[in-house]
Amino acid sequence: MRWTWFHRLASPPYLYALAARLTPWFAWPAALLILGGLYAGLVLAPPDYQQGEGFRIIYVHVPSAWMSLMVYVTMGVAAAVGLIWRMKIAHAVAASCAPIGASFTVVALVTGALYGKPMWGTWWEWDPRLTSELILLFLYLGFMGLRAGFDDTQRADRSGALLAIVGMVNVPIIHYSVIWWNSLHQAPSVMRFGKPAMPPAMLVPLLVLLLGFTLFFAAVLLVRVRAEILQRERATRWIGETLRA
Amino acid sequence: MSAFLDMGGYAAFVWPAYLVTLAVLVLNIIWARKSLARALQAARRRTAAAGEDS
Repeated sequence: MRWTWFHRLASPPYLYALAARLTPWFAWPAALLILGGLYAGLVLAPPDYQQGEGFRIIYVHVPSAWMSLMVYVTMGVAAAVGLIWRMKIAHAVAASCAPIGASFTVVALVTGALYGKPMWGTWWEWDPRLTSELILLFLYLGFMGLRAGFDDTQRADRSGALLAIVGMVNVPIIHYSVIWWNSLHQAPSVMRFGKPAMPPAMLVPLLVLLLGFTLFFAAVLLVRVRAEILQRERATRWIGETLRA
Repeated sequence: MSAFLDMGGYAAFVWPAYLVTLAVLVLNIIWARKSLARALQAARRRTAAAGEDS
């Protein structure tokens, strides 16, 4: 098996240049998909027969909740790669994920409260789904706080990675919480076995937004990783050469 | 138009949800670009200083 691509990715100058080149290829499709998806969700999708127009919150709530989990998995996997193969770049990726993931976890919680109030009659409930999502936010914040507590980048990387990896157990708990426990939160309507529980006119805008948010994450991550690389490689020569070029 | 803005009586929940989401999307762009700009500035300052030394 050829591992050269993996080794090249581990090279900071290579990844720095690659990230800069790739960013617009993710950013522009993300912008188009998100704007198109939001329009379709607000205007084109038919109202729900039970939740009326209020169900349109789903088009911002579900993509944010998806981001909160997907970014965490990315962070956990990157942290594990960094820890196992002692790959500095992987730690840079993990560190870059945290603020993005934390911000979308906040959006998932806030839009969830705005969804819960009219549908359940409460902003918040100590329900398994809601509580485990709140724990996810604390994991992100804990990861960032722990990293910030170290002056030495290597020690910050290792300690943060351990926390990120241990926190991965929360991901399946969040996903399955609505199935395992008797939750206020409705069961999954998209990511489940069999057919999604939505007609295409409602489902398509949601899928467009899920893809758009995912590409958005990639674009923002690439920008943040470049900043992380510059900071970590400050003592090396290639940076000066790159900046002068 | 006003029927659309009213969101079938759910306006007070739907619009804030969309607003918060859009705000965080925009903030993520701003924060990421700011951190890159700051890192670039620091790197330029260092390379300039290193240039003077040699």
